[in-house]
Amino acid sequence: MERSRNEEQTRYSSFSRRSLLLGGGMLLGLGTLVGRLYQLQVVEAERYRLLAENNRISMRLLAPPRGEIIDRQGIPVAINRQNYQVLLVAEQARNYRQVLDRLGGIVEITEADRERIDRDVSRVRSFVPVRVRDNLSWDQVSRIAVNAPELPGISIEVGETRHYPFGAVLSHILGYVAAVSERDLIEQNDPLLQLPGLRIGKSGIERTHDETLRGAAGTSQVEVNAVGRVMQELTREEGQPGHMVELTVDTMLQNYAQQRLMGERSASAVVLDVTNGDVLAMASVPSYDPEPFGRGLTAAQWRALTEDPLNPLSNKCIAGAYAPGSTFKMVVALAAMEQGIDPGERVFCPGYYELGNHRFHCWSRGGHGHMNLQDSLIQSCDVYYYDVARRLGIERIAAMARRLGMGVPVGIDLPGEREGLVPTEDWKLATIGERWQGGETLISAIGQGFMLSTPLQLAVMTARLVNGGRAVVPHVTRAIHRPGGIEPTVKAPPPSLGIPERHLDIVVEAMEEVVLGRRGTARGARIDLPGLEMGGKTGTSQVRRISAAERAAGVFRNEDLPWHRRDHALFVGFAPVGRPRYACAVVVAHGGGGSAVAAPIARDLLIETQRRDPASREGPSGPIAALGGQG
Amino acid sequence: MSALDDMRLRRNPETPLARKLLYLNWGLVLLVLALAAVGTAMLYSAANGSFEPWAWAHMARVAGGLLLLLAVALTDIRLWFRAAYPFYALCLLLLIIVEVKGMVGMGAQRWINLGFMQLQPSELMKVALLLALARYFHGIAHRDLRHPLYLLVPLALALTPAALVLRQPDLGTAAMLLMGAGTLFFLAGVRLWKFALVAAGIGALVPIAWSFLHDYQKRRVLVFLDPSTDPLGAGYHITQSKIALGSGGLFGKGFLEGTQGHLNFLPERQTDFIFTMLAEEFGLVGALVLLGLYLLVFIYGVAIALSAGSQFGRLLAMGLTANLFFYVFINMAMVMGLLPVVGVPLPLVSYGGTVILTTMLSLGLILNVRIHRDYHIPRRGLRNAP
Repeated sequence: MERSRNEEQTRYSSFSRRSLLLGGGMLLGLGTLVGRLYQLQVVEAERYRLLAENNRISMRLLAPPRGEIIDRQGIPVAINRQNYQVLLVAEQARNYRQVLDRLGGIVEITEADRERIDRDVSRVRSFVPVRVRDNLSWDQVSRIAVNAPELPGISIEVGETRHYPFGAVLSHILGYVAAVSERDLIEQNDPLLQLPGLRIGKSGIERTHDETLRGAAGTSQVEVNAVGRVMQELTREEGQPGHMVELTVDTMLQNYAQQRLMGERSASAVVLDVTNGDVLAMASVPSYDPEPFGRGLTAAQWRALTEDPLNPLSNKCIAGAYAPGSTFKMVVALAAMEQGIDPGERVFCPGYYELGNHRFHCWSRGGHGHMNLQDSLIQSCDVYYYDVARRLGIERIAAMARRLGMGVPVGIDLPGEREGLVPTEDWKLATIGERWQGGETLISAIGQGFMLSTPLQLAVMTARLVNGGRAVVPHVTRAIHRPGGIEPTVKAPPPSLGIPERHLDIVVEAMEEVVLGRRGTARGARIDLPGLEMGGKTGTSQVRRISAAERAAGVFRNEDLPWHRRDHALFVGFAPVGRPRYACAVVVAHGGGGSAVAAPIARDLLIETQRRDPASREGPSGPIAALGGQG
Repeated sequence: MSALDDMRLRRNPETPLARKLLYLNWGLVLLVLALAAVGTAMLYSAANGSFEPWAWAHMARVAGGLLLLLAVALTDIRLWFRAAYPFYALCLLLLIIVEVKGMVGMGAQRWINLGFMQLQPSELMKVALLLALARYFHGIAHRDLRHPLYLLVPLALALTPAALVLRQPDLGTAAMLLMGAGTLFFLAGVRLWKFALVAAGIGALVPIAWSFLHDYQKRRVLVFLDPSTDPLGAGYHITQSKIALGSGGLFGKGFLEGTQGHLNFLPERQTDFIFTMLAEEFGLVGALVLLGLYLLVFIYGVAIALSAGSQFGRLLAMGLTANLFFYVFINMAMVMGLLPVVGVPLPLVSYGGTVILTTMLSLGLILNVRIHRDYHIPRRGLRNAP
């Protein structure tokens, strides 16, 4: 009994000791928990609060409306059109295929649509809307709204699509918008690009001013749950709409130019305001419809556009490079006078010019006889320029060409401009690896050989000749309309090129004679309307070498050759004579002779231009024309 | 209680029911009700402000559990003493049945369908094991514990169910069984160096056990060690739980205002992560109140154990209290990112039938020890009926 009590005593004291130890351990454990709670909920609370907010709040971007584009008269040329789309939320439609069947009675749903919808539905979470069809008519929209009870999960959303009221007439200037590509995402870090359905400018003005037109994204803060379902909108901040861009282009003139060129397979024409570089018209055929790009081209449409040998996507005014031919002779004439060659000095043209053992032909086989500088321009004598060029050397000719805007980028505000080519000795050594030949200087002087320029460069060259030698820079953006005011593109009068006015007068006078004179090469295209007369220069550039055999056999008729080997027809002109305001360049690719094909087009364009006289009209941004112009 | 009463009780261990009700520790019952109320409120919140599907069921279970608690508390302690081994055997049998069914049914199954609830034998085993061990150690003299031979039976009692549960596989419950058993060994007076030896042995066995773990269990442990390695995968639960806790701050976001819980960032918010919901909505203050309630329960448990008249009662009350502590500690430490994610619920607060059953059974037994603290149970056992 004693032992038993002792035993009990021992057990109890051992138990008590250990129980208290255990209780202490439990207290320690609870203390640890309290410490941890303090650390999480007090010390680091701010950090976790932020994390919880990030978890909970998701920023949704709102696409701002894209800025509109208007022409110099204020006519809208790129606008946003409301696009009604049918969306499907698969979760709300118990059986979405049945719902689609019923919807099929209102809008057409093709097999391809169904396949795409099936794919989208299986890919996204069931509460994410999937696009069924877009571009619904108002009639379809109202019928869907009326039938809403039988169409669970179907909703209508208004999106925006870009609409070009003048379609193909302005597509080379305006460009087009299309979906954001992977590369765009990498190159630009605008969060707006992440928006599905966003369209950005891919070419033309849409691309040049893409960021101006795009605007700034609005945001909508929404509360989402763990799987991303939107529970409610917390705040909403509307974005900044894109700014309006005003063009220098006169849409009606542009339309006229485009229609006038339509008779040719491949042609381009530019009309400039010589005082400030405003591009009034810039036509290129063939053209294309820009709207399908916004919707997304089919593979077949894209192939048709890119594989067309006439390259309709290319704006040939800035991306087509042609040998300038005789239109280049003004450049050589100015270089000659600058070098001290007397314009009255006569050169005898027997119909050919000999350099070493090579004979260079004049277009006139019988020769022009004695020619001074003005005569040589009026009758476009090649021999005169062979002679002058040999005395000048290629470097002096090239330097004058670059001053007038050839062989260098003219700096137009459109993507894809080519700089053409004005060859020099160094250039040839560097790119071809051969030494410059004396004969090459000669053929360069008549705008052949390596020489290449774009129709825009030819127009700029002409403008700089007739505006008193000022370095106008061509542009199609007249102003950007910002909320703070209108911001014009041209702010200062163009600087002088430093060419003596006397030299320019001699050249311009000769160009007037080209059209008006009795022996001028373009006398057939003269403008007989008083006060609207034009001056200019023809050009016919060969795309092939005329072989000695052909010359002997008399194969000279351009029409007998396959189209792609025929000559390019060129004409550069200005009007009105006496106080030039407009310059024009026309290139008809493989069109034949400049005087027969290109000059009449330039005549019609300049008549229409002067009739409309866009430079004197007040546009939406006021009379910003005639900056330092010679009125 | 007068000395006379005391004497009479010792002589005649049949206490009338009315007196037992008097001895019943009503403070502890109130604490149970308070905890159950917290649970109901949080389940209401977890269902985004609805009594369906959890809060009603929880209340009903608590009500049923209270009846069980009273019944268990008022039953003669000697009956529990005698029932200890059969109860243990029954639970072991259920565990084996589950195991066999699981093998046949291809896949982990931890419960038996009783019609009105899904019974998890492994949960019940936590109590049964403590009862069995308490009874065993009651009969072993203190100095006999030095003989390792006497430890073989309780080791077998503990390891058999632990092994079965581990096979299910349920790492958390297996660990809790072993911890409960270890606690009883410790309380019974097993020498501390033996614990050290076992600890060393476990240390040596860890690499071997590692190879037996399922991939998902390994991943849980690895992710526990560095949750940032997998914020969207296995570490997601811990990270989101910590965000919920931390963002609750000092005073919380308010009842029904917890964003993490209501927007489904918290997994299992009605069971294992209910504490996170509470701490998010009521902040540090709310969490401390809940911890305080639990602390009071533990204090009652320890006090009852220390005042018990028999070694069986002492070991049982203390063991069960420690076991409840393990629930609370492991659950909270887990949601705070202090322990790996193991499925251990919070007693009386988490949703779940078996855990309420086990908790009520445990508290009932603790109260039973309190009521019958003067009952004498001979060390050699109860050969004759009381």
